Amino acid sequence: MTDELIAISILWGFIFIYAVMATMDFGAGFWSMVYMNRPQTKATKIANRYLSPTWEVTNVFIVAIVVALVSFFPGATFMLGTILLIPGSIILLLLTIRSAFLVFSHVAPKYEKVLVYISGISGLLIPAFLISVLPITHGSFVETVNSVSHLRLDRLFTSPHEYAFIAFAITSTLFLSSLLLADYSNEANETEAYAIYRRDALIIGPFALLSSILIMITMRSEARWLYDGMIAYWPWLAASVALFLAAGLALFLPSWKKKNGRGMPRLAVVAIVLQYFCASYAYGKAHLPYMIYPDITIESGFTHPNTFRALFVTYIVGFAILFPGFIYFWRLFMKDRRYLANDEK
Amino acid sequence: MDHVLTARTLFGTTMAFHIIFATLGVGIPLMILLAELLYQKTKDNDYALMANRWTKALAILLGVAIPSGTIAGVQLSLLWPGFMEVIGKVMALPFQIEIYAFFVEALFLSIYVYAANRISPTMRIVSLAFVAIGAAASAILITNVHAFEGTPTGFRIENGQIVDVDPWKAFFNPSFAVTATHVVLSAYMTGAFTIASIAAYKMLKNKHNERIQLFHKKALMLGLTVGGVFSLLTAINGHESAQLLHEYQPEKLAAAEGLFETQSHAPLVIGGFTDRETQTVKWGIEIPWLLSFLAGNRFDTVVVGLNDFPEEWWPPLFVHTLFNAMVGIGMFLLLLSIVGFIWHRVKKQHIFPNWFMWTIVTAGPLSLLGIEFGWIFACTGRQPWVIYRMMTTAEAVTQSTNLGTLFLLFTSIYVFLLVAVVLVLRSYFRRHPIEQHLSTHM
Repeated sequence: MTDELIAISILWGFIFIYAVMATMDFGAGFWSMVYMNRPQTKATKIANRYLSPTWEVTNVFIVAIVVALVSFFPGATFMLGTILLIPGSIILLLLTIRSAFLVFSHVAPKYEKVLVYISGISGLLIPAFLISVLPITHGSFVETVNSVSHLRLDRLFTSPHEYAFIAFAITSTLFLSSLLLADYSNEANETEAYAIYRRDALIIGPFALLSSILIMITMRSEARWLYDGMIAYWPWLAASVALFLAAGLALFLPSWKKKNGRGMPRLAVVAIVLQYFCASYAYGKAHLPYMIYPDITIESGFTHPNTFRALFVTYIVGFAILFPGFIYFWRLFMKDRRYLANDEK
Repeated sequence: MDHVLTARTLFGTTMAFHIIFATLGVGIPLMILLAELLYQKTKDNDYALMANRWTKALAILLGVAIPSGTIAGVQLSLLWPGFMEVIGKVMALPFQIEIYAFFVEALFLSIYVYAANRISPTMRIVSLAFVAIGAAASAILITNVHAFEGTPTGFRIENGQIVDVDPWKAFFNPSFAVTATHVVLSAYMTGAFTIASIAAYKMLKNKHNERIQLFHKKALMLGLTVGGVFSLLTAINGHESAQLLHEYQPEKLAAAEGLFETQSHAPLVIGGFTDRETQTVKWGIEIPWLLSFLAGNRFDTVVVGLNDFPEEWWPPLFVHTLFNAMVGIGMFLLLLSIVGFIWHRVKKQHIFPNWFMWTIVTAGPLSLLGIEFGWIFACTGRQPWVIYRMMTTAEAVTQSTNLGTLFLLFTSIYVFLLVAVVLVLRSYFRRHPIEQHLSTHM
């Protein structure tokens, strides 16, 4: 494996982890808005209990992605920074409002309703803008005049390809988060909340799959190079669809643990995360060696080899030190029944 | 406004906003940790209560510090892609290591805030210590990038290509230690004085309740003591920073002091405004020989003046005023804590007179102002360079235009958040007045 491949794999790993964590984070904000006016169910509380301790850690990943991009591929930074000025700024503004209000709503119940609406709505808008970075790297929306690159926003927002991606981002956000919250409420023995989130996951799942098919259809005409590449990785795409069906099945099977219980949500979550892993692996492999088609490749944008080596060492040392911290965090908030079942915020 | 100036204004506004919350985010955890430790030592419940209340405030402040820091980090790439291209190749280490510090801070802050009632007292102190360490480490590492901009090492530019890269040499550039120390010390000073300000204000507002007075007096003395110690350390370290400028960025020191002619036995000019036409500092107080002594510990030290440099390399001359304001505030706060200490310890007086209390109330806002002046001085004084003698700010700026709209958007968000954070803090502490807790503990 070349240095460039190692670097892009680390970057892709960060993006994948962030994508999964963020869709759950944003989706939980949305669900807590939807079920806010149904106090008899605990669906909102479950969503909030998941959301409160995780958003800061999730937020660190977005900075980690930007830093990994700049430090591994400084040559791509120049062009990406230039063309992403507008969409990047919009994402930053939305993220800022959202995070601030998540914290505020915890200490100021007087404003809670407004705050829940803000975090709920931004929870859908942010994924839509974030995913737009992908079609932008496909190349056809970037125009270079006198060696200055511009993003053609008009072309971007009139392209069906872009809208297929947006639909995919929103449905995936809702699908993944409802599935995770189903598992989370199942773990906390909240039968009613579990039933609600399980139903939501079953309704939205097919739409998420449908929008990913729409991406492929629009890609065929708008980014043929990438489409051909992805088709060459068809076993990964097939595995992805198979995992989706397996997850659906898991939600219908009788529960192992509980009598009269329905579904194995933990299995479904694992299958769906693997599904997205397979699909994004095929996408990423087909995208190589281009970072931004056709101008920037992973080789042309790569950092100085000495810097890469120094960075690589800090990655190993840094995550070795952090790992116990992550485990401790996971056990406190995801596994501890005292926390899951706690009625207070 | 021209393009570079608009970009600098946008980024400068982001930093000016972020630095308020970032500084408090470094300074307040130390105060919480000290209060927790005092509680373990004295078993005085008031200190536990302080730690608890300050943590609530910290969580709210970090709700703005974290996203505004995210903006600052991403805006660097969006506004200064040329700069970040060099940073990515040469100076990526501090950014990367900062991510780990950031993770430590975020993980343990969540644990301390949301799991406080489920973990042991030892784990609470350990979590808090990790929050404080993570915050300080983030500040140190980010300041390192700023230090590198002033004293770049570890690479050369040959025919527009970056060669001979040594990332660790860049990391340990000559001004790293002194500059990072300055930032951390002044953040601790600011956190402590902010606490002292609030305590003094509350004492003035609750004259007739002795129990409340007593509670806030403890916080006040803790704030004044810690603030005093760190303002002294900041001053000593500030002196080193100035000597560093003398050695590595002489034109920045010359502009800070308004010195035009290279000379030995150079005078120190306090106050006044630098005038470009007459090459003098108008209305300043001149102390003979002092600048030479401060720059090199000897009166015959030759201090280089601005006229030895081409005029297009001169930093804006108003940095003299900013520099003076920063040093003046630092000196004033140091004096304030010495007076307070003597009053409390030597004269054994437990009640300060009103005018002195009101002076303490200004200490927190003044130290924040000092931080702002210091940063504007440090970054404006480096102009026209973004990386000293290697890359100008104009070479680094984005090619995208229309920054004006973005400036308006971001500025309105900052104003909005500033108002919101004040409202939320007030609303929280109104609903949880100190009386409630004190009565249950008495």
